[in-house]
Amino acid sequence: MPKRTDIKSILIIGAGPIIIGQACEFDYSGAQACKALREEGFRIILVNSNPATIMTDPEMADATYIEPVHWQTVARIIEKELPNALLPTMGGQTALNCALDLDKQGVLKKFGVEMIGASKDAIDKAEDREKFRTAMQKIGLTMAKSEIVHNQAEAKVAMEIIGFPAIIRPSFTLGGTGGGIAYNRDEFMDICGQGVEASPTNEVQVDQSALGWKEYEMEVVRDKKDNCIIICSIENLDPMGVHTGDSITIAPAQTLTDKEYQIMRDASIKVLREIGVDTGGSNVQFAVNPENGELIIIEMNPRVSRSSALASKATGFPIARVAAKLAVGYTLDELENDITDGATPASFEPSMDYIVTKIPRFTFEKFPQADDRLTTQMKSVGEVMAMGRTFQESLQKAIRGMETGVTGFNPIVDQSSKNILEQIEKELRVPRGDRLWFVADAFRHGLSVEEVFNICSIDPWFLVQIRDLIDEENKLKKEGVTSLTENRLRQLKRKGFSDERLAELIEQSESEIRKLRIDNNIRPVFKRVDSCAAEFESATAYMYSTYDVECEAAPSNRQKIMILGGGPNRIGQGIEFDYCCVQAAFAMREAGYETIMVNCNPETVSTDYDTSDRLYFEPLTLENVLDIIHIEKPHGVIVQYGGQTPLKLARDLEIAGVPIIGTSPDSIDLAEDRERFQKLLEDIDLKQPPNRTARNVEQAVKGAEEIGYPLVVRPSYVLGGRAMEIVYNEDDLRNYMDNAVAVSNSSPVLLDRFLNNAIEVDVDAISDGHDVCIAGIMEHIEQAGVHSGDSACSLPPYSLSDKIQDKIASQVGAMARALNVVGLMNTQFAIQNDEIYVLEVNPRASRTIPFVSKATGISIAKIAVNCMVGNSLASQNLTHVPVPDYYSVKESVFPFIKFPGVDPLLGPEMKSTGEVMGVGKTFGEAFAKGQLAAGEEFPREGNAFISVKEIDKEKAVIVAKELILLGYKLFATSGTCNVLTKAGIECERVNKVREGQPHIVDMLKNDTIDLIVNTTEDKKAIADSYSIRRTALQHKVFYTTTITGAMATMEALKKRDSIGVNSLQDLHKGVIA
Amino acid sequence: MRYRFLTDNALLALEDGSLFYGTSIGIDDESTGEVVFNTSITGYQEILTDPSYYKQIVTLTHPHIGNVGTNPEDEESSQVFVSGLIIRDLPMVMSNWRATENLRDYLIRHNIVAIAEIDTRQLTRHLRKHGAMKACIVAGDKIDADKSIKAAKSFAGLVGIDLVKEVSTTSKYNWIDGTRGLKDGIKPSYSKKEWRVIAYDFGVKRNILRVLADLGCEITVVSAQTPASEVLAEKPDGIFLSNGPGDPDPCDYAITAIKKIINSGLPVFGICLGHQLLSLALGAKTSKMKFGHHGANHPVRSLDDGQVLITSQNHGFSVDEKTLPSDLIATHRSLFDGSLQGVHHKKYPVFGFQGHPEASPGPHDSKQLFNHFIELMQEHKT
Repeated sequence: MPKRTDIKSILIIGAGPIIIGQACEFDYSGAQACKALREEGFRIILVNSNPATIMTDPEMADATYIEPVHWQTVARIIEKELPNALLPTMGGQTALNCALDLDKQGVLKKFGVEMIGASKDAIDKAEDREKFRTAMQKIGLTMAKSEIVHNQAEAKVAMEIIGFPAIIRPSFTLGGTGGGIAYNRDEFMDICGQGVEASPTNEVQVDQSALGWKEYEMEVVRDKKDNCIIICSIENLDPMGVHTGDSITIAPAQTLTDKEYQIMRDASIKVLREIGVDTGGSNVQFAVNPENGELIIIEMNPRVSRSSALASKATGFPIARVAAKLAVGYTLDELENDITDGATPASFEPSMDYIVTKIPRFTFEKFPQADDRLTTQMKSVGEVMAMGRTFQESLQKAIRGMETGVTGFNPIVDQSSKNILEQIEKELRVPRGDRLWFVADAFRHGLSVEEVFNICSIDPWFLVQIRDLIDEENKLKKEGVTSLTENRLRQLKRKGFSDERLAELIEQSESEIRKLRIDNNIRPVFKRVDSCAAEFESATAYMYSTYDVECEAAPSNRQKIMILGGGPNRIGQGIEFDYCCVQAAFAMREAGYETIMVNCNPETVSTDYDTSDRLYFEPLTLENVLDIIHIEKPHGVIVQYGGQTPLKLARDLEIAGVPIIGTSPDSIDLAEDRERFQKLLEDIDLKQPPNRTARNVEQAVKGAEEIGYPLVVRPSYVLGGRAMEIVYNEDDLRNYMDNAVAVSNSSPVLLDRFLNNAIEVDVDAISDGHDVCIAGIMEHIEQAGVHSGDSACSLPPYSLSDKIQDKIASQVGAMARALNVVGLMNTQFAIQNDEIYVLEVNPRASRTIPFVSKATGISIAKIAVNCMVGNSLASQNLTHVPVPDYYSVKESVFPFIKFPGVDPLLGPEMKSTGEVMGVGKTFGEAFAKGQLAAGEEFPREGNAFISVKEIDKEKAVIVAKELILLGYKLFATSGTCNVLTKAGIECERVNKVREGQPHIVDMLKNDTIDLIVNTTEDKKAIADSYSIRRTALQHKVFYTTTITGAMATMEALKKRDSIGVNSLQDLHKGVIA
Repeated sequence: MRYRFLTDNALLALEDGSLFYGTSIGIDDESTGEVVFNTSITGYQEILTDPSYYKQIVTLTHPHIGNVGTNPEDEESSQVFVSGLIIRDLPMVMSNWRATENLRDYLIRHNIVAIAEIDTRQLTRHLRKHGAMKACIVAGDKIDADKSIKAAKSFAGLVGIDLVKEVSTTSKYNWIDGTRGLKDGIKPSYSKKEWRVIAYDFGVKRNILRVLADLGCEITVVSAQTPASEVLAEKPDGIFLSNGPGDPDPCDYAITAIKKIINSGLPVFGICLGHQLLSLALGAKTSKMKFGHHGANHPVRSLDDGQVLITSQNHGFSVDEKTLPSDLIATHRSLFDGSLQGVHHKKYPVFGFQGHPEASPGPHDSKQLFNHFIELMQEHKT
C-alpha cells in the first residue's frame, strides 16, 4: 500500500528543551522524520521550542515554529497552518502529552487534524497503569504485582498479595521520600506507615520486587498490515532497580537462549498489537528471573524513544525514518533498507556481528547536595556508545569515550580507607554511576565472581569478563614492559585496552606504547555497520575500529574534511555542539569535500550515518582519532566545533602532524592562558576586570587583597563553569582554595574582581583571518555572575545603547585579528557604568551559535567552516549579519526538580541542561514565550512575594510598582518591606524562616503565594533563603532569583496576552505576526 | 589470511587456498565439508544439531557463541551434525539458568573440530563474494596448510550427492513430545490426538515434530527410503516431508514415493528439503545457490495476503520458480533475493515451504503453516 494521498501537510511536534530523560535523541528522530516525510512531498510544519536542534533548521521543514510546545501555542499554529495530520511520536513524552492535550481540548477535532503514528487510545492504553495492566492480562503477560495502600488494614491485605521483598513507594513524593524495600512483616508495616504519612494523598504503592532480575528491552516496528519486526534486543548490565536510562546496556542481548529470546519476541509483538500501535516503533521492557526464566513485562512506550535511537545507531536501521514513512501509509516491505542501498527491504530483522555497549554519563559533581544513588528515576544527562567485536573491547571503548578522566578500569576505591571491602560491598549493593569500577576493584581486592554476583546480581557472563580484564592488568603490572611482546600486546589490544591504560599500568607514556604498537604493526582495522552481518554488500561507510584482521575502511582519494564531535552530552556541552558539527558536515559536503565524522554519542544527528559521507563511531581520544587519521589522511581536521572534547586533543594532534584547520591550537591556547591573554589585551588596549592568578592559597589571599572582594574564582581550563564560585571574603576564599579545587603550579586558580550589577554580553563572531563579521550581540538578562549558559539572553540587546554595541563590535574585531581567528569566536563582556570589560574569549564554536543562527536566519556555523577551508567572508557575500527587527530570547532549563535537596539558585557554575527560544515583536513578548517554553506558567494575578538583597532594593521598588499595576498583592520580608513602604507601596510584612512561624515557607506550602522575587548574596543569606526557593520549585510557584530577571518578568507579564506565532521562514523574510 | 598467535592451534583452509588460523575449541582432528555462514544471533545449539547441516562447516556471524552453554532441551536431533564450527569468540563462562554443559565440553563430547578467534566477518564476506566453499578444518599440533588445502579441494561437495540416506532414521518410531513452554520443560504433549501423521525423516528437526504434536498429531517417523505403499497402508491422515541436508535431486527413492503419495490424494506438507522434494516430484527443478540462506531474519512474502513473515532459513539448494508446473502455484517469495519460498498444488492438498516454520532457532511468524496442514487433513477427512 503506497503512501496516503489524502494528506498533504503534517505537523510534527518536537521534544522541546533538553532535560534529564529527554535529550538530543529526539532531535535525531525528529530530523529523520522531517527528512523522510519531506522527500515524500508532504508539507511539513514543525514546532519545537529548542533552537539548538538540527530539526529546527529552516531547511528541515516548510514551516518551522520555534515556539513553546504547549497546547495553546500549538493550537494557534494549527489554526494558522491547518495541517491535515499530526505526528506526535517523534518528540518524546513532551510531544505525546501535547498531542493528548490538543485532543482533549478539542483542537484536533475543530480543525480536522488526524493524529497519525499513534492513536489517542493506544497512547492512553500504554500510559495508564491500570489500562495497561488489564491489556497485558488479556494477552497472558504478567506484570509485577502491585497494590495501592491507604491505611493499616489495606497494608495487611497488600502484604499477603505481594509477599517479600516488596517495594513501597509513596505517591506524589519526590525522589521516593518515605519509601523503601521491605524484607519482613515489621519493615513492611513500618515503611507503609511512614509512606502514607509522607504522601500528600496519603497513599503508597506496593510493588512486587523484581530486584536483581535481568532487564531487557525490545525495539519493535509494526506497520498497518501487521508486519512486525524486532530491530534490536538490548540487555541491561545493571539488573532491575536502576532506570534503563541510567543502566549500562548491551546490544544484542547476550544471555538468552533462542527459546527465551523468541518468547520475548512473541510477547513484544503481542504487546504492540494489543496496545494498538498500528504504525511505528515502540519499545517494550521486560524483566527475567535469572533463576527460572520467569518473564514479566515492565512497560512499553508507544513512540520512538532514547532506546530506539540507540537501537538505530547500534544496528544501522533508522527506526524514526521508517516509523515516519509507516505513519503515512507505507508498509515495511515497500521501504528499502537504506544502509544496503536498497539491496534489502526494511521488512527484516537486523543481525549484528559486533557488540554494542552504552554507558550513561552523570553530572552529579554539579549538584553536590543531590542523592547520587541510582534508582528507578533517571538521573544521567548523556550517554556514550561503543562498538567492538567482543564485549570486552566494546566495554573498554565505551569507558574511554565517556571523558570522565578514566582510561579503563582505573581503581576507584579509597585505598587509605580502613574498610575497603565494606566500601566496595556498599557501592556494589546500592549503585551509583561508578559501580562498574567498584566491580573491578572488588576483583582487585580478592572477591570472587560468585561473591560479587551475590551482592549486585550483575550476570556472571559480564562479571567474568571484567575479572579477566583485571587479571590481565595485574599480570601486566607485575611483568612490566618487557612482557609486552608483539603477541601479548596484540592480545591486550584485542581485549580493548587503551594505549593510555597500558601505559599507566607499566609506568610508561602513552606515546611510548603507541610507538611500540606501531613498530609491531599493531593497528586497528575498521569494520562496517551494515545491519546484515555482511550477508549483503553495503556501500555505507558507517564504521568502528577493532583489533581484527580485515579492514573494510576503503578510504577514497578525495579531498576530505574530518570533523571531531563532542562526545557524550553533559551539562556545559550538549546538543549545541552537535548542531555545529552537523552544520560543518553539511557545509563541507556542499563545498565538494568528502566529509568524515568522528563521534561516540548515539543520541545525536552527527552520528546518523548519512549526515556525513563517512562516520566513525569512535571514542574521541587521541589514540582513536590518530588511528582514523592514519587510515583517512584528511586534508583538514576541525576541532573547534565539538566543544572542549576535540579542543583538548588539538595540541597533541598538531604535534602528531595532523592538519588542523581554522584557528591554530596556539591561538586557542593564547585565549585560554590567562597571562598570555592579559598581555594581548594590554597590547590592543582593552580592559579586563582586575584579576590575579594564584598557584597556592597565600598567593590567592594576597591577590584578593590587591583587587578587592567580591571575587569570581575558578580553575583555569574549564567548560561550563566547573567549580566556579563567587567569594565575598577571605574566609570563603580560603575555604574554596582548600576544599573546592586541587590547585597546583600546572593548574592555577584564576581570581577576577566580580563586577556588581554589571550587564553581561555574549558576542559570536566569524573571522576569515582578515575580515571579522559580528554574528550576534546578546544581552544577558541575569547580571554578570550567573553562568552564561544559565542566563537568559536577548538578541538584539534590549537595553544597551547603540554606542556601546558599536564599541563592543569593534573590540571583538580587534581581538579576533589579534588572535588570528579563522572560524568562530565567542566573547563575553561585562558592562558596568558604560565601561566595557572583557571577561573571556573562546576562539571556537559557542553554545549560542544555533540560537544566533535561528534568530538571524544566517547559518553561522556553515559560513565559519567555509572560512576555515579558505573561502573568505567576502567570497561568501557576508559583510555583516543584519540585526533582526524582532526580539529573540534564549532561556535556560534546569534539572533541579529531579534532585531533591539541591538549591535552585543560579551562580557562576552552569547547571542547565537545555534551552528554549522565544520570539516576539517586543522584548517582553519574546521573554514571555521563552518562559512558557521553559515550562513556566505566569500566574495571572494573586500574591507576590519580594525579598531582595541590599544592592537590589532600588530596582525592587520599580518591580513592586509594576506588580501592583498588574494587580498583585505584595508581601515582603522586613528589609524589603520597609523600602517599599517608604516608597509608598502597599505591602504586607512576612517573617523570614528564621524569624519564626508563620513564615514565608508556610505561605508557600499553603499555596498562598503565586510569584516570588528573591535575590540573595553571601553564604549565610543563601542558606537562610534556600527553603523558599526549594519549596517554590516543588509547589510550582513562579520564582526569579535575580533582580534583572524580575524586571524582565515584568515586561513579559505585560505582554502575556498578546502572543503570536511565527515561523522562522516568515521571520527571516521579515514577516512577523 | 591473518597473523598467527602463538596460541594458534587450528586452521580453516578453503579450496581457493585461503587460510584462517585460530584457536581450537573442539577436538584435535581434521574434518572437511562445505563452509557456510549463518547470521542468526541466537540458537547455536539448535544449529549444531540440525541434520540439515550435515557435511557443512558453519561459521556464525555473531561474535560471542557459547554464552548460554548447552542443554538437553535445545537439541534438534540426537547428535551434532555440523562438520565443524568457526566462531570469533568462545566466552569464558556460560550463563543461563537452563545450561547444563558448556559449549566447549559439548563440542568435544560430540567429537567436533571447532575454531575460535577467527575474523568471521572476513570469512563471511569472502563467502558472500565467492560463494559457499569446500573447506578443511583442522586442529592439533600437526597443522599442515598445504595438506589442508588439498583436503578441502578433495571434498566431494554437495551437488549430486545423497546425504539424506546417511542422516535418516533406520527404524521407525513414534513421537510424543510437545514444544517447550515458558515455565515447563519439554514433556509429552497432552493435546488430544486427532490426526495420524507419518513423517518422512530426511533429517528431521525435533521441533517440527513437537509443533505437530502440540496441534494434536499422533506422529510416526519413518526412514527416508520407506516406500509409499508401506506408508499408505497405515492409512494416515497426512504425510509430512521433513527438512534435510544437501541436494534433493539424487533422492530419487523419495521423489518416487512422494509422487505416489500425492496421487493418493492425502494431505502433504513439506518443509525445506521436503518442500524441494515435493516440487521435484511434481516436475519442478532445483539448483545450487551461491551461498544459500542461513539465518533467522529472512523476510518472506506470503503472496495471497501480502503479509511479510520473518523466517528462519537454512538451505543451499532452491526450487527454480520458472520450472514450476502449471498446477503448482508459488505461495511465498523471499524479499531478500526473490527466490521461491513456498508452493501449493491447485488440485491436491499438497504444499511446501522453504523456510522453517518450526523456527528453533528463529522467529515463529510462519508457524500458522502447520495449522494449514491440519486444515487440509480436516477437509480431507470430511
